[in-house]
Amino acid sequence: MIQTILGFAIAFLTNLLFPQIADGVRLKTVLLGNISVDGNTAYRAVLILLIVFYVVKAFRSKWKKDSRSQFRFAVGIALALWDILGTKLRILPQPFFPGPAVIMGAFLEDGPFIWQNTLYSLRLFFAGFSAGVLSGIVTGVLIGWFPKVRYWLTPVLNISGVIPAVAWMPFALTLFPTSFSAATFLIAVCSWFPVATMTAEGVQSTPKSHFEVVRTFGAKGLYQVLHVAIPHSMPQIFTGVTTAAAFSFTTLVMAEMMGQPGGLGYYINTSKVWSAYYKVFAAIIVMAILFSLILKTVGAIQGYVLRWQKGVVR
Amino acid sequence: MKTNSEKILSIQNVQRFFTDEQTGRSKQVLKDICLDVYRGEFVSILGSSGCGKTTLLRMIAGLDAVSFGGSMELDGAPIHGTDPKRGYVFQQGCLFPWLTVEQNIATGLKVRKVFKRDQNRIQEFIDKIGLTGFEKSFPHQISGGMAQRVSIARALINDPEVLLLDEPMGALDSFTRTDIQNMLLDLRRERNTTMILVTHDIDEALYLSDRIVIMTPRPGRISEVLEIKDDFPRDRGSAHFLELRRNILERFDLARSSPAPEYVI
Repeated sequence: MIQTILGFAIAFLTNLLFPQIADGVRLKTVLLGNISVDGNTAYRAVLILLIVFYVVKAFRSKWKKDSRSQFRFAVGIALALWDILGTKLRILPQPFFPGPAVIMGAFLEDGPFIWQNTLYSLRLFFAGFSAGVLSGIVTGVLIGWFPKVRYWLTPVLNISGVIPAVAWMPFALTLFPTSFSAATFLIAVCSWFPVATMTAEGVQSTPKSHFEVVRTFGAKGLYQVLHVAIPHSMPQIFTGVTTAAAFSFTTLVMAEMMGQPGGLGYYINTSKVWSAYYKVFAAIIVMAILFSLILKTVGAIQGYVLRWQKGVVR
Repeated sequence: MKTNSEKILSIQNVQRFFTDEQTGRSKQVLKDICLDVYRGEFVSILGSSGCGKTTLLRMIAGLDAVSFGGSMELDGAPIHGTDPKRGYVFQQGCLFPWLTVEQNIATGLKVRKVFKRDQNRIQEFIDKIGLTGFEKSFPHQISGGMAQRVSIARALINDPEVLLLDEPMGALDSFTRTDIQNMLLDLRRERNTTMILVTHDIDEALYLSDRIVIMTPRPGRISEVLEIKDDFPRDRGSAHFLELRRNILERFDLARSSPAPEYVI
């Protein structure tokens, strides 16, 4: 914990105390109420927030050891070095690699617009991802349960699985009425594949005796699928869903860059046109945070659903 | 026999063939099986592995949808497919790892759509099998013996007319095995459930059964049916018990003191 706080404190002090040697750094100033804020102030504010957050966390856990603190210390040092090389000395090639304070400027300038695009991305992501996961589970169960469906669908699944979803883009754009529904389709397709394969594998690997147990109680096929095959496949389904989340996110950004009226990918594209690379970085940071939040959510749901596994597997 | 003489299960002349997948040749696994079981009776089917005893038990349960020769009737109705009237306890317990102890026991009630009505019986069964306090435990958190108790309760809560037990104590250590054997005797005394146990443990068969059906392999058939009239609970160390044991061992050709084998080099 102390290491974490120390790391961010070093980053903070570097920004505060290290002299601005190189010229030509233009930090945009924005008026927030009565206070004028520039990139440096915003950057420092974020670092202070991080420090406060970890101090509170440390107090709550009574300064217990945190396995991530070494890594966070390294992050703090990296931020300090990046600040020096990117902003203070401007040794990194400009304008491709701006320092953290310059990137913070993007949020000051475009805050509401970035927020809007983030919401657009989230909406698109969840539309496509949930459609893909649901249809993946249904397909997987059908493949795993009915040999006939397995015979006809497995090749289709294997072929479509290796094709990057973005390759369908031209067709999707002509087949679907709006670019939003086209992108939803692409994201659904790319998350459908891993979920369907993993679900099918889970259903097929269900021990026969599990089905026999409910059969002795008089259970029919549907009960066996819903109450035996699917719960048994949950670990595999979640492996598929995690993979699908990553695939979907990649497809999301690519789809947005290739033709969406909004979203973080769209924001990157428009910023690139104006050579506003600090805005590209800002979008990348938002995407990193967003994706890790998505993974955390999926992980939390997985932890709850698979709580029966605790202690069985590593 | 302390049981009344109402016949509950009737097996007449059952023949069963398996087809070898590779050679395509048909092999007889059960030959001329005839057996009547009476209400409240405890019957053990004793035999070495491969004698078809589990095959016979699965056929009584209706687990394998196959055609066979002869007839099988429960309460006068031919056996066709599975039915909650014929409870089955599997070799390895086969609890669902994603369900807690009480949810596992409730499975049959849910399948039969009587969960709401019979919900309160779950706790009764948990207490009876001595797992009070483990209601919310998952199968991997309890011992093998406990798991097997749960699977017996899971079958019994459906009030089957006959409980089929497929070597349920086979994988347990001898102390746990004795515990579960006593539990079975208790349950049987209380509920008067007819039980058919498949086992290859002579002591177990002798300790639990009213009758022991001895099967021999290739093809599987009943070679003998022994009636054990001793009162329950039986003393495993008594002279009569040991005599019966020796008697059965002789039938399996295990009791002879064979001469030391000759080694030819």
